[in-house]
Amino acid sequence: MIARADRSRMPEPGPVPPTRFPTVACRQLSNGLALRTVEHPGPPVVTFWLMMPVGSAADPAHAHGLAALTADLLDEGSVERNGRAFHEALAGIGARLGTEVGPDSTTISISTVVQHALEGVGLLAELVARPRFDPADVGRVRDLRRSRVQQLRSDSGAVADRVFIETLFEGHPYGHLGLGTAASLASLTTGDVVAFHRDAYHLGSATLIAVGALSHQQLGDAAEQTFGALPVLPADPGVITAPADLATVGPSATRLVLVDRPGAVQSELRIGHVAVARDNPDYHALQVLNVVLGGQFVSRLNQRLREEKGYTYGVRTGFDCRRAPGPFALHGSVQADATTESVQEVLTEMAAIGADRPVTAKELEMARAALTRGFARGFETAGQVARGVASLVLHGLPAEYYDRFVPAVEAVDAVAVTAAATAHLRADEAVVVIVGPAEALASELTGLGLGEPLQVEA
Amino acid sequence: MLDFSKFTLENGLDVIVHEDHRCPIASVNLWYHVGSKNERAGRTGLAHLFEHLMFEGSAHHDSGYFAPLQQAGGSLNGSTNCDRTNYWEVVPTNALELALWLESDRLGYLLPALTSEKFENQREVVLNERRQTYENRPYGLALMALTASLFATDHPYHWTTIGHADDIRAATLDDAHAFFQTYYHPGNASLTVAGDVDTAAVLELVRQHFEEIPAGPPIPPVRIGENSGPGAAPRSEDTRLRLEDRVALPRLYLAWRSPRLFAEGDAGMDLVAEVLAGGKTSRLYRRLVHERQIATEISASQGSRELDGWFSIMATAAPGQELVELEQAIDDELHALAESGPDEAELSRCFTQVDVQFIYRLQTVGGFNGRSDQLNAYNVYTGDPGFMNQDRARYREITAGQVAGLAHRLREPGRVALSVVPAGSADRALPGSRPAVVS
Repeated sequence: MIARADRSRMPEPGPVPPTRFPTVACRQLSNGLALRTVEHPGPPVVTFWLMMPVGSAADPAHAHGLAALTADLLDEGSVERNGRAFHEALAGIGARLGTEVGPDSTTISISTVVQHALEGVGLLAELVARPRFDPADVGRVRDLRRSRVQQLRSDSGAVADRVFIETLFEGHPYGHLGLGTAASLASLTTGDVVAFHRDAYHLGSATLIAVGALSHQQLGDAAEQTFGALPVLPADPGVITAPADLATVGPSATRLVLVDRPGAVQSELRIGHVAVARDNPDYHALQVLNVVLGGQFVSRLNQRLREEKGYTYGVRTGFDCRRAPGPFALHGSVQADATTESVQEVLTEMAAIGADRPVTAKELEMARAALTRGFARGFETAGQVARGVASLVLHGLPAEYYDRFVPAVEAVDAVAVTAAATAHLRADEAVVVIVGPAEALASELTGLGLGEPLQVEA
Repeated sequence: MLDFSKFTLENGLDVIVHEDHRCPIASVNLWYHVGSKNERAGRTGLAHLFEHLMFEGSAHHDSGYFAPLQQAGGSLNGSTNCDRTNYWEVVPTNALELALWLESDRLGYLLPALTSEKFENQREVVLNERRQTYENRPYGLALMALTASLFATDHPYHWTTIGHADDIRAATLDDAHAFFQTYYHPGNASLTVAGDVDTAAVLELVRQHFEEIPAGPPIPPVRIGENSGPGAAPRSEDTRLRLEDRVALPRLYLAWRSPRLFAEGDAGMDLVAEVLAGGKTSRLYRRLVHERQIATEISASQGSRELDGWFSIMATAAPGQELVELEQAIDDELHALAESGPDEAELSRCFTQVDVQFIYRLQTVGGFNGRSDQLNAYNVYTGDPGFMNQDRARYREITAGQVAGLAHRLREPGRVALSVVPAGSADRALPGSRPAVVS
């Protein structure tokens, strides 16, 4: 006879099982290229990531979109074979190519099944070291990306992202999206792409990360056979701007920006300001603060705007911690007739958490628990592990960092959270970007006390 | 490919356990065999609205379900489609009992806690989900227009899962109570627990929490009307629709009725989709995007569902290009594939691409499309959680001639062509298109 569960109270979970980030082996290939390997037993999958600490912030001022265009063009073929043959080779081993260009880094990755590990990493080396950059391909892919820019002008989320970053980081290397603009893309040439590739993809500052159901030895051998003979030049200081050299950005003079979307049933919102870099000593306190404020479903802002008011499908906040100070932002869309009230709620909660309504003991416990007890979930797949290692490398963190993360979060107390909020969350400097029906909104928005909205084009 | 044990409790609940000890997490995944296909006209969207209510508390924990699970380091979510509703938690193994306690409490004891206040709040949230995901998103209403045309009003796939806004507004708390009483029974559910767990211990925990819940009445059958059932005459004419939307570039959707999930021809249609639009080696990408540069993007998919399927091709026009050109170019490729079939190397690449998906899909134990979700899917749709092996094998038997034959069917009359064009540019739709009715 099975005993029935006791429904008079919820079961209390026992001690959390110990969990460790897998061991990251660090070495150099014979040509000096930095290699990180992680053994990840499980499904027969392997992933190779080449991470270069050069991203869209390295776009020349007249050439926004160049870093991303260059990365996008890699799979159009190599010196050895054209794009079609290259993709046939990829498809033939069931490999997936990934390209990510962020503000601070570019990552090119190939994932495949373990029996094709060597061919997979070989294709990665081929496209990174010897891209074809045929002018016909450059023109065609550039035009595709221009079409994308045009298309995104009718996507309210993409418009809000762009206007928000342009307002916060006006004139700064972080002040544009990686895609670039229609005008900047139009001016890009094959020469620009070839030069950017020469300066940014020289492997002197790159790291190859290999994670999969193979041994360190097997992963390293595959890397050596493919990347080990490539030339590795030292990093070019002209291209890679050290974080310390990125100019600091003051508060934006513009507080309220409105992009008209006539008749829209919702307003897309971005609210925030320039905050902190990844190396900020308050990093862990900020993670806890963010969970309480808007970083997960059970957070002050989502509970208020979704679960109490029903104004939105959901809102989230986050500190985007880059090599130089990045944005803190609230993301979300709310029904149009609740726009002003929702913005006011966000600004109020941003101000309150460092002042008259600091985190409660219960909130603190929940936030720390969510970050620490959920830790194991974040490193289940080879791709998740590779992403974690890439982040360590980019930010110069030690290979054991993830084992220090849990104790560091557990050490965050209420005083630290309040101090972090006071230091790094500034409701009175926040920029509010709204993509919504201007005619219906314009008059009531003045009630926010942020001045007349600056109206810009989508 | 996956080891599992399956048990069925006396109340009809299927219990599947899959052990994987690599990561100290446990996945709880619960499928209810109810979706928007079980709704009635005038109350579309109810299955999905109901899913939201399942997170708002039950008799013995009358507040949100996110708080205790996030506190335990878990993640959780749910989703609804036309055929089923699923709920899942991924937790550190120490919180497995908590997740089972909560899942069983909302199956056994939801209604005492389901108040009109919660109902009204989640109705507003769902209306905002609809605005965000469909109404205010470029091309967001296209799927609604397509399924409404492909499936007659007496077919349960006529409406999309999000439902009509007016129906969502018209739904009542009584509707929600009745829906729960009709469909949320152990016998209409499949529970998978996977991860760093012990099968015998899991079974004991599951019995402690779920055995007390009564079996409930039989589930009412889903009815397909006579205009849509197997005996209905196939469409003899193409349908052309247009939708004006807040978009920069016109887009063409072509859609056909196609085999249902696991039926004859279903796997073959996946290969047709792969040959036509799977990546940069595919025929339509090469021709329309790369060579002729008349389209900026292309995709094709076989959307196979439990009762029926639909195959669709989507192509977005490059600036200055017109949809008639795109349609002609697609028809040329369909014709070529129907005439000659894929060549050997092409078919071999498609096999590989489809086959490795089965391996990539093994990487996560929980969440949407993780192993526990797949075990439940196979169990609900075939009765065999281990059907993955047959699922994978059915692709290997497909010949080039069969792919050609399936492509040939796409040449027969009866398809729906939907032009989504910038507002004010109705003339850029395919000639003869009539306005689609969407809300």
